[in-house]
Amino acid sequence: MADAILRVEHLGKSFGAHEVLRDIDFSVNKGEVISIIGSSGSGKSTLLRCINMLEEPSAGTIYFEGRPISYAPKDKSAFRAQVGMVFQSFNLFNNMTVLKNCMVGVEVVRKDSKEEAEARAKKYLRQVGMYAYQNAKPAQLSGGQKQRVAIARALCMKPDVILFDEPTSALDPEMVGEVLEVIKELANEGMTMVIVTHEMLFARDISTRVVFMDQGVIVEEGPPEQLFNHPEHQRTADFLSRYRNG
Amino acid sequence: MGATPTSFTGWVSFLLESFGPQFVKGTITTLELAFAGTVLGCLLGFLVGIVQSITVDRHSSPISRVLVKVLKAIVAVYVEVFRGTPMMVQAMVIYYGSAQAYGIDLNPFVSGVLVLSLNTGAYMAESVRGAITGIDPGQLEGAYAIGFTHVQAMTRVIIPQAFRNLIPQIGNMFISSIKDTSVLNVISVTELYFIGRGVSSAYYRFFETFFIISMIYLFLTFVTSRLLAIMERRLDGARDYELVTDPEAEVA
Ligand SMILES: Nc1ncnc2c1ncn2[C@@H]1O[C@H](COP(=O)(O)OP(=O)(O)OP(=O)(O)O)[C@@H](O)[C@H]1O
Ligand SMILES: [Mg+2]
Repeated sequence: MADAILRVEHLGKSFGAHEVLRDIDFSVNKGEVISIIGSSGSGKSTLLRCINMLEEPSAGTIYFEGRPISYAPKDKSAFRAQVGMVFQSFNLFNNMTVLKNCMVGVEVVRKDSKEEAEARAKKYLRQVGMYAYQNAKPAQLSGGQKQRVAIARALCMKPDVILFDEPTSALDPEMVGEVLEVIKELANEGMTMVIVTHEMLFARDISTRVVFMDQGVIVEEGPPEQLFNHPEHQRTADFLSRYRNG
Repeated sequence: MGATPTSFTGWVSFLLESFGPQFVKGTITTLELAFAGTVLGCLLGFLVGIVQSITVDRHSSPISRVLVKVLKAIVAVYVEVFRGTPMMVQAMVIYYGSAQAYGIDLNPFVSGVLVLSLNTGAYMAESVRGAITGIDPGQLEGAYAIGFTHVQAMTRVIIPQAFRNLIPQIGNMFISSIKDTSVLNVISVTELYFIGRGVSSAYYRFFETFFIISMIYLFLTFVTSRLLAIMERRLDGARDYELVTDPEAEVA
């Protein structure tokens, strides 16, 4: 698997006695758009958080570009700069303007010049349709606008892959579309992405591969038409039918 | 000096006339003490609060883990000692203790600033820690997610927000300090209360003198709290933001 950017082997995670992830094998190849679906509590967020080192796995190994990732503080921040993350709750920096939110990582972590940071911030803000709001503070934006800025902030770091954890779950229904549109555009550009989502139509539409998780394990994965139309496992079929029936 | 005053108001104006410069000097000293004590104390409080909120995990180097433990122990003792003893007693210990034990002759003013700062620092530390841990954990995760180290996340994201939230508290510390300077009379700092003792004993007019003194304190604290309220409103900045037109957007 020469193309794998990320590879997770036998990953396990327990919180105390509570085993949340069990023997997860999973890999992300360049250019893939992977959707992770599954019921609440199945461990989707925990998996993403392990991949981004916000949680430390209890077992298994994560490889980035073929090498096991290191948890030493220095390596950790270098790794995270290459793996973007977009959160359900946006997590924009409240003490900075929209523009500064996008610039700060480029300046501080990537150590590019201020001019470069500003140019890149403006470029991606334009791409997500938030150029006009660059002087606003996060508190002055709607949820959909915040999430678009959060996506621009992640893009500014020029990551090799972006992880999305339910990017539209905290949004009012009328704002979901604008955020999905931005993600769709990224998919068209060939950005490698892993998206945890409850938006089944969206997952079906943009994914190159869909992963179904249940109770801490990956039950099955495959191309969207296969997984949605001909699921191999009963658990997958049950989950999907629950969704179809609302 | 002709007839001595016979009424309360007569005495008040007489004392103001006779000792005006002393009152002014005492007021200035009190303000200087309170200001220096608050600024230095808040700096100290932030340092201590930050030390208290450092977390280490098993990936941190053994040296940094030991260092953090030692630092935390030191600041814990400091906070305990200064919150657990009266300021007046601390002033005596620091002023006379430094002279006796180390032969350092701190002047009363410097000792006073030291005592005030150390006290303010001990009280601020708790608030700083609370303000830091009270920031939405998502802010820290957002910072980690773009590759910030813990220190970068703290200095760029968490502490600025904690500081903003602490401004009212810092204002209150300053107001308390104005009043607390009075205990420094025990080490002969020529602040307002000390001046009051001197003035009152000249004619044995205790009530009138301390009436004047209390009015000055009240004036200082009242004006300070108004100024702080104004400053805080200013600090939040404009409610609006300007929309920026994109030079590269196609003009319809
Ligand atoms: N920090 C934690 N401490 C203890 N338990 C946790 C922690 N984080 C998650 N869990 C538990 O792990 C399980 C999986 O949580 P996770 O958030 O990964 O689920 P999810 O698939 O993302 O669910 P959702 O769709 O609701 O977001 C849950 O049972 C949750 O209670
Ligand atoms: Mg989740």
